[in-house]
Amino acid sequence: MGTRVVRVEDPRLLTTGGTYTDDLREPELTGAAYVTFVRSPYAHARITGVDVSAARGVPGVVEVLTGQDTDDLPAPADGNPTAEPMLAKDAVRYVGEPVALVVTDGRYQGEDAADLVTVEYEPLPPVVDLEDALRGETLLFPESGSNVLAAAQDEGAGDDAFAACEVVVEHTIVNQRVAPVPLETRAAAAAWAHDRLTVWVSTQNAHWARDAVAGGLGIDPSAVRVITPDVGGGFGAKIGADREGVAVAWAAKRTGRPVRWVETRSENLVGMTHGRGQRQTFKIGGTRDGRITAYRLDLVQDAGAYPRMATLLATLTKSMASGVYDIPHVEAYFQVAATNTTPVAAYRGAGRPEATAAIERAVDMFAAEIGMDPREVRRRNFIAPDKFPHTTPGGMEYDTGEYAAALDRVLAAAGYDELRAEQARRREAGDPVQLGIGLSAYVEITGGVPEIGETARLVVHDDGTVTVLTGSSPHGQGHATAWAMLVHDELGIPMDKITVRHGDTDAIPVGIGTFGSRSLQLGGTAVHQAALEVKERAKELAADELEADKADLEFDTADGLWRVRGTPDIGLDWGRLAQLAGSDGLAADVHFTSDKSTFPFGAHVAVVEVDAETGKVRLVRHVTVDDAGPVLNPVLAEGQRQGGIAQGAAQALLEEVLYDAQGNPVTSTLVDYPFITATELPSFELVDMATPTPLNPLGVKGIGEAGTIGATPAVQNAVVDAVSHLGVRHIDMPTTPERVWTAINEARTGQ
Amino acid sequence: MKVTITVNGEQIQDDVEDRTLLVHFLRDGANLTATNIGCDTTSCGACTVLLDGESVKSCTVLAAQADGAEVTTVEGLAGPDGELHPMQRAFQAEHGLQCGFCTPGMVMAAVSLLKENPHPTEQQVRVGLEGNLCRCTGYHNIVRAVLAAAAEEEGA
Ligand code: FES
Ligand code: FES
Repeated sequence: MGTRVVRVEDPRLLTTGGTYTDDLREPELTGAAYVTFVRSPYAHARITGVDVSAARGVPGVVEVLTGQDTDDLPAPADGNPTAEPMLAKDAVRYVGEPVALVVTDGRYQGEDAADLVTVEYEPLPPVVDLEDALRGETLLFPESGSNVLAAAQDEGAGDDAFAACEVVVEHTIVNQRVAPVPLETRAAAAAWAHDRLTVWVSTQNAHWARDAVAGGLGIDPSAVRVITPDVGGGFGAKIGADREGVAVAWAAKRTGRPVRWVETRSENLVGMTHGRGQRQTFKIGGTRDGRITAYRLDLVQDAGAYPRMATLLATLTKSMASGVYDIPHVEAYFQVAATNTTPVAAYRGAGRPEATAAIERAVDMFAAEIGMDPREVRRRNFIAPDKFPHTTPGGMEYDTGEYAAALDRVLAAAGYDELRAEQARRREAGDPVQLGIGLSAYVEITGGVPEIGETARLVVHDDGTVTVLTGSSPHGQGHATAWAMLVHDELGIPMDKITVRHGDTDAIPVGIGTFGSRSLQLGGTAVHQAALEVKERAKELAADELEADKADLEFDTADGLWRVRGTPDIGLDWGRLAQLAGSDGLAADVHFTSDKSTFPFGAHVAVVEVDAETGKVRLVRHVTVDDAGPVLNPVLAEGQRQGGIAQGAAQALLEEVLYDAQGNPVTSTLVDYPFITATELPSFELVDMATPTPLNPLGVKGIGEAGTIGATPAVQNAVVDAVSHLGVRHIDMPTTPERVWTAINEARTGQ
Repeated sequence: MKVTITVNGEQIQDDVEDRTLLVHFLRDGANLTATNIGCDTTSCGACTVLLDGESVKSCTVLAAQADGAEVTTVEGLAGPDGELHPMQRAFQAEHGLQCGFCTPGMVMAAVSLLKENPHPTEQQVRVGLEGNLCRCTGYHNIVRAVLAAAAEEEGA
């Protein structure tokens, strides 16, 4: 634990490149045809007719399949009016919804043929924003009687709690919709042979992808093998297989021909799920000396066109509403509303960044209202270290936390007092470039359904090498390095003799995969425990072979040898022990589960420069404490934090998915979607802190999403802080120059 | 049409459609799949290769335009004995890659950047890589890797 180890994955990725789905040259895919989807150009329409004859006439077209051809597939669950079809049949509900697919011999023929599929639409009024959705004049699913797909309310003391407050601040803010944009778009390939499907898919979870394909096609999961090649990023948006992945498998089965599909970026920006998308109204109240006594969060979650994961996101936001603060009265309410836009699902943080963004803006606005330094308000309201484990009003059981220490540490590293002095200097001098200092303190929930746990199988071979089969699934995190380190730590076997395999449902029958920052705490713990079990078994074997009592055996991790105490010359190595294990093999299978989630926490300081004349924002420093317990490999953990910070800052500064009044996406290419680049970010300053959890033997929590959760509100708070002396109270994200400039001007003119 | 391109020192000939992009020639014709495609608007740089020594986005060059030219992809960067190029070494040492999808293009762009400016400042590295997107690393370690490679080449 704690050693800096460079990744074993890298030489391959840096020389031949990874093998992503579109790179596959497997024999089973020889002669594969290409799948191209026909997507809806309308946000909301009835499908009145489909004509595929022209497309069928194009040379190279193997097959054209539409929603009308899906009768061989199981019908959606009974009575579910909001079920999402694989290919739209009667209606389309977002621009980009798959309506048909063409299968062609050549890569370039697909687009030509897709253009010739004629779909007749009868346009319906689009439900584009949340106001439209809640008004309910047009319904996406008329049978369900409402656009509100789910709702939940806490029954609190409500207004009484606020009536007792000396100060109450209320505001409505937007946590805008953003696009995950993994650099590898979605991709899949499939081959049907001997009544079995093999599906290669760029996913975070091979097993869930298998179940999605089997369920979608109405075949037994044992008839589907899913293989996950290298995956070029997921960020929550590649959980499972998506309807396109299922359709690709279906096309292989229907045509009997291996097929492959990789979406274009323009398809990806409308076809892959988006993240965030909440409108939040908060009310925060307390005393003039900075004690917060009541907090209410009222949010509307934009689900997009189908219910996918939106209710889960809203639930997580609601549960985590009060964050790191000890607030006597907390209430949270949500509505999940359907709109004619791309469906919304998980994106790095999934529900927790939204909770943190709301409370951290609320705390800053409360601090501004009472004229107190936001540092001080936070300090006065943190849950104290002696209150853990701590059950929040939202029903979350926080395991461990040192919130004040995290804030103090990050403020010291940032030089908070000096920054405030510099800010005062610039304000006094009327400097056109003002300094803003933004704080955030966060706690989040990791472990991603810990009850279902994660699997590991560890096999020691006769030649002393090891294979680890993990149910967890990497897409950049460095599992191969991390899992090899865990095995090496216990068994002393050199890392280059350890092979980590993942993402093959035939080789690994049970597995869950990667989301919710669960890998190390569940999958890593499973590997750790498997190593311990193997070690225990090895001890028995060695005792037999050396004719010694188990208690007299010694294992040396430095050379990987078992010896009898006092006889240093005779040692048994792992290869020998594997041979001794005979046909049983020297192996262990572990399925580690936990009945509780873990709660990493931290604090961020963002420093921005804002040009008060143009509104242009520059992030100049970003300092963080992200405490997810002990760190296995700082190289990997820091990488997760850095990537997360960039995505969080991107939401605060730049990125937003936009639609026009007709529900047409206007950010559907990378020219229009302002993906954050190297020039818009500084180097990050990371401060260490490690508070273990008692919930797993490694003491670890998840680090994958922390950076994003902390960064967004810190950067947003910094931008507001930079111009707060001009009377600005709030600026919605993304804090574009236009928005900042407008906010300054409105404050000046007293609007 | 027939196109001949020297890729990583090897002459590759292929019969292609007029509209075939250089990136598809490399991936499908030359079967070199390291060079990736991350967009359809020349925005991401995942497809960056060296064309006659200059870095280009191979998704915006037709194979036909590269007829007779020399192309270097990340597969051609390591020495004949497999020894990693200083830029590849630096990317590993500094953890400048996570999922690895942007990496081949990023490394080629970085190699080209140092050729033009062997001693860049951090800001110059950031500006030089503006056309190469990465979703995983936050660019932090990519920038450090390029600076480390520059320092190493200077020391060598
Ligand atoms: S694929 Fe060439 S720039 Fe994106
Ligand atoms: S390493 Fe994943 S996009 Fe750069």
